[in-house]
Amino acid sequence: MYLGRVVGRVWSTVKNQNLTGQRLLVVQPVTPELKDTGRRIICTDATGAGAGELIYWTRAREASFAYLPEEVVTDATITGIVDELHIKRAAAGETKC
Amino acid sequence: MILARVVGTVVATRKDPRLEGKKLLVLKPVSPDGKEESGYVVAVDTVGAGYRELVLAVSGSSARMAEGCKDRPVDTAIVGIVDNVGLD
Repeated sequence: MYLGRVVGRVWSTVKNQNLTGQRLLVVQPVTPELKDTGRRIICTDATGAGAGELIYWTRAREASFAYLPEEVVTDATITGIVDELHIKRAAAGETKC
Repeated sequence: MILARVVGTVVATRKDPRLEGKKLLVLKPVSPDGKEESGYVVAVDTVGAGYRELVLAVSGSSARMAEGCKDRPVDTAIVGIVDNVGLD
């Protein structure tokens, strides 16, 4: 799973029937420091995420498991909205573990 | 999923029998702000997309979950025709 930020939406009327009713959001992957990294991708949304929210998303075949037993054709799904993010960093002089 | 522009078609007479009757299109990936990205990909069309249209493409084993692609040797499928992209 990866961190990302919702940066837009995609509208599509003509869709594969296994994608009917899915919200499609544009996600910018971010680093734990919340800096943009990599290409923006289109995700289906299993959580009800909104514009600008920090989320985590699942890639590949597992992305569709969020909708089981429904079979949704997706290779990227927003599976969680991030409340807080804690990253432990080594203090000055301390060795990294 | 990625956004891509349809830039061509592929015609193949000899192919895996499970691909018979499937339309194959050449896609050029584009970013959500409309810039072309590197590379090309051949995808199976499940929605009736046409030349120069902006489409949604699913890749990897997820592509086989598209209606009409079950148990077929497909790793990229066109699953939607894009009406509009809105960026914040």
